[in-house]
Parts: sequence; C-alpha cells; structure tokens
Amino acid sequence: MTTTEEVRRAAQDVGPPPQRREKKLSPRDRLVVAGMLLVPIVLVVWLVWLPALGSVVLSFGKWNGFGDLDTIEWVGTQNYEDIATIYPPFWPAIQHNLIWLAFLFMFPTVLGMLLAVVLDREMRGSRFYQTAFYMPVVLSVALIGFIWQLFYSRDQGLINQVFNTQVDWYGDPDVNLWAVLVATAWRHTGYIMLIYLAGLKGVDASLREAAAVDGASEVRTFFHVIFPVMRPINMVVVVIVVIESLRAFDIVWVINKGRNGLELIGALVGQNVIGEATRYGFGSALAVIMMLISSVFITIYLRNVFREERQG
Amino acid sequence: MSTETPVAAAATTAPPRQEGGVMSRNRGVIATVITAVLALLWLFPLFWAVLNSFRVYEYTQANGYLSFGGWTTDNYRQAWSQGNFGLHMRNSMLVTIPAVLLTLWLSSMVAFVLARFSFRFNLTMLGVFLAANLLPPQALLIPVFRMFREIPLPTFMSENGSMLNSFWALILVNTAFQLGFCTFVLSNYMKTLPHEIYESAELDGAGVWRQYWQLTMPLVRPALAALATLQFTWIYNEFFWATVLIQQGDKLPITSALNNLRGQFFTDTNLVAAGSVIVALPVLVVFFALQKQFVSGLTLGSTKG
Repeated sequence: MTTTEEVRRAAQDVGPPPQRREKKLSPRDRLVVAGMLLVPIVLVVWLVWLPALGSVVLSFGKWNGFGDLDTIEWVGTQNYEDIATIYPPFWPAIQHNLIWLAFLFMFPTVLGMLLAVVLDREMRGSRFYQTAFYMPVVLSVALIGFIWQLFYSRDQGLINQVFNTQVDWYGDPDVNLWAVLVATAWRHTGYIMLIYLAGLKGVDASLREAAAVDGASEVRTFFHVIFPVMRPINMVVVVIVVIESLRAFDIVWVINKGRNGLELIGALVGQNVIGEATRYGFGSALAVIMMLISSVFITIYLRNVFREERQG
Repeated sequence: MSTETPVAAAATTAPPRQEGGVMSRNRGVIATVITAVLALLWLFPLFWAVLNSFRVYEYTQANGYLSFGGWTTDNYRQAWSQGNFGLHMRNSMLVTIPAVLLTLWLSSMVAFVLARFSFRFNLTMLGVFLAANLLPPQALLIPVFRMFREIPLPTFMSENGSMLNSFWALILVNTAFQLGFCTFVLSNYMKTLPHEIYESAELDGAGVWRQYWQLTMPLVRPALAALATLQFTWIYNEFFWATVLIQQGDKLPITSALNNLRGQFFTDTNLVAAGSVIVALPVLVVFFALQKQFVSGLTLGSTKG
C-alpha cells in the first residue's frame, strides 16, 4: 500500500524471512541491548507502574501524608465505602464524567468523523478547512479555558453582550458544565477529524468508485463501504474518547478547581492531595477507581494492538 | 499531562487519488458550504482573541465589544510584565526541550530493540510502555508526589534541594508518560526498514550500538521529526503534572502559570486575550512551520499494510 511497505515486502521476498534467523548475539551485544532497554524500563516502572501499585496500597489506609509510612492507619475498604456514601461530590462527579463522555461522542466525535469524510474528497480549499479545524488541537486545554473566557465572562463576555444576558457561564452551576463542554468540543472535533482523515487515506478509492457506479447513495456508501473500513479507527477513537473523558481535568481546574457544578473525578483526586485537606488514602481510593475504569479500555486497546502485531 | 490521549491511529500514505466521486454535485455544494461556515466558526475564537488583545480596555468598556476602535499594543506589554511571561516561557523551554530529546532518545532505543530482534518479551514490553501511556495521570499522583517530596537533589540541580518543585521532576514524568506512544510509532516505522541492511552491517562487523546509532537513526529521521513536533506541543501544553508537582510560583511553566494569572487578569478581558495569544504563539508557530510533521506525527501510528 505504501512505498515503505513495498520495500519491506520486496525485502521479504528476496531475503530469508526477517527476524526469524537471528544469530546468537555476542556477549558484548547482549550487554548493549540490555543497556538500551534498562533506562527506559526503569523510568517507566519507577514513575508509572510502582506509583500505580502504590495508589492501590494507599487506598486501604488513612494518611495525611506528613508522617512516615508507619503513620498510615490501615482501614480496609473504609475509604471506598466513604466515597460512595458520605462524600458529596463523588456522585455528581461520576455523573459529570458520564455527561462529558456522552457529549463528546454525540457532538464533536460525530462531527469530526463527518468532517473527515467530507474533507477527504479533495475538494477545493480542503487544506484550508482542515487547518481551521485542527488549529485548536495544538492549544492546551487550559489555554482554551482561558480563551473562552472572552465569550463566557459575565460582564465582558461576547455572549452576554450580544444577547443582552447576565449569565455567568463559568460560574453558574446550572450551565457551566455545558459551557466547558462546548469549549472542549472546539478542540476535540479537530483531533477526531485528524484521526479519521488518516484512516480514510487507507480506504481504497476504487471501492467508493465502484459503489458510486453501482448507484449507491452517499449515505449507503458511507455505511456500507466507508464505515466498515474505518472499523479499526473507530475502535481507537472509542478508546481515546473514553480515556479523555475520564482524564478531563485541565479546563475545570483552571476555572474553579473542579467545584460548584464542575466536579470531575480527576479534579477530586487533585483536591485531596493539594487542596486544604491532604487525605492520601481517600484520594488514592478515587485514583484506583479511575484506574479500574481505564484499565478496561486499555485492555481492549492493547488486545487490538497485539492482534495487529502478531499479524504483522 | 496534556489531556491528549496519544493513541496511534492506523494510517498509511496512500497514493494520490482522484475525486472521491461519492457525493452528487448538489450535495457536494451543500457540504462545501456547511464546511466553510463551520471552518469560519472554528477560526472565530482565535480571531476574536487576537482582535481584542489589541484594544484598550477603557474603550471596550465604554463602547462594548461590538464596537470598533481603541487600538493599542499595550496589553501585550502589560500582560508580559504582569504575568512574568519571560520567566515562565523560559521555564517551559527548560522542561520541554530536554524532555522531548530524552523521550525520543529512550524510545528510539526501545523501538530499535523491538523492531530489530524478536525476543519473546517484545510484546510484553510494548504493552508495559503503551499501557503506561494511557493510564490517567491522576491515578499515579499521590505516590509520585510523595516520592518526589522525599527525594533530595543537590542544590545545583534544584534550589530548594528537593525533587518536588524542580524541572527534573517534570522532565522525567513527561518522558515516562510519552515513551509508550513514541516507542510504538518508532518501532512500527523501523519495522518497515529492509532487514538486509542489518545483515550487511553485521558482515561489516557493526555491533548492535552502531546498527542503532549509525544505521537506523538516520533512516528514521522523518519519524523523529514528526514525533519531535508533536511532543513539543504536548509537553509544552502539559498542565496536570506541572500544576501538582510545582508549587513554587516562579518555577511554573507557562501553561500552568495561566492558573495564577487568571485571578490577576480577571477584571480585564483584553489582557486575558493578550496573555492567551502570547501563550499560544510558540505552539502556533511550530504548528504552521511544521504542519506536515505535526499531522503525520499524529497519524503515522501503524504503517502496517
């Protein structure tokens, strides 16, 4: 399909199948290989996997984080019970994360996919449109919260000036989640569009032409020809959207540290560590809940990758 | 982290093809019009920010934002000095550039081993890096935070003698998180290199290191360039770790310094606009200069046929 691919195939045709007949490495080379792997592995185990394990362990204890490890009071599943029963922001946070997820799927993701399908047909100005849509992707989410302040500010924001309203879009707990979601969608759409555009490049043009010749309508072509070919990308996109919705943090932290209508699980963890009260055990239990949810989707993703790796 | 979930999408560079021919002419026109309108809508927030960053606060206060006039460049001067942007920009570069270089170097080594050899642990290792890439950083926050507070650093590395509040913390954390994505992309790229180059290199007596550094690395330069562009924007944009691991205001990189500025700028939206433009400028420059690399970086995930 690609030129590099052709090179690789050609190589396979000529030479012995690659990677199969490995000569035994000399002791020196073996040392080099070990050295090349050692630093990255140590780094990722030290800063990702051990902390992940640490969060699980800490979630069964009570600890203000100031004393040594032996000041931890082990309380079993108490933290989890407390989270579910007597921690007011928890259920709103779960609800907000779910709304976040549903919203991202329904609007920016679908829009991004449609835009990709439209822009993929080398129409005039396609490059300009693409640039317009993915320019927000290079901006940080925190910055986007800042920029949208120009629209949402109660006294100086554009929306209130145009409609002559007095809504505090970031502050009013009835609307602020939606305001934040619109700002997020501004960025998310372009990201999804990019991923689909890349995937669509792999759709064989002759497939569509054949469908067009057969007189299939665009809608039919989309659902019967294009959508099925995009299946691997759809999977990637699902994983991206779920994980992004779970991780969402930056924009609400910039606005009000995730309070007052903007509670999100990610922000609650932050509040328990760098807020006024440092409750490490409690925060860890929240972290573990996030980890459990994400691990389901990480597993799905990895299985997909591994399947492709084995085939490749 | 940037709330980016860097998952490599399946992508290939297909040969140029003709007009899709799927849409009928009429619908094609409608689609074009809708797309054009949406594109303008998408450009509007940035346009609005740039526009108002050049306007005097008193003027817009008196005449409303729908007026025209009151031009000035003072907001930039004021935002720059009041927000201490020079310092924060420097902090950002001191974190971002080393982190990008370190990420590319470490991940290219792992990728090379994964692509060059077929050890039994290859898949497991890829999984260890990739999964780390996808874990929510909040899930690791408490142990990392507490650990960094305990780790002493000599004062020439960190003024306050602790890993917390030091650039080292951010460089290492960002690197650890980005390794998975880069390893994945690079190893897929390296697998497309013909295997004979290594066989002839071996005949010439080149050891593993030389095969990596002198043979493979020059050949994967396009992928490295694409990843560098992408990683630069991601790490520059990283907010979460910088916010929680740096508590000393003058050490904050620019993206998380925004958080403090909000209070100071709150009363003057034009100042907010100027500040936003300043913060956006480095990534926008990179984006426009290296757009191709940026896009291909996002999409050159798996070049598997």
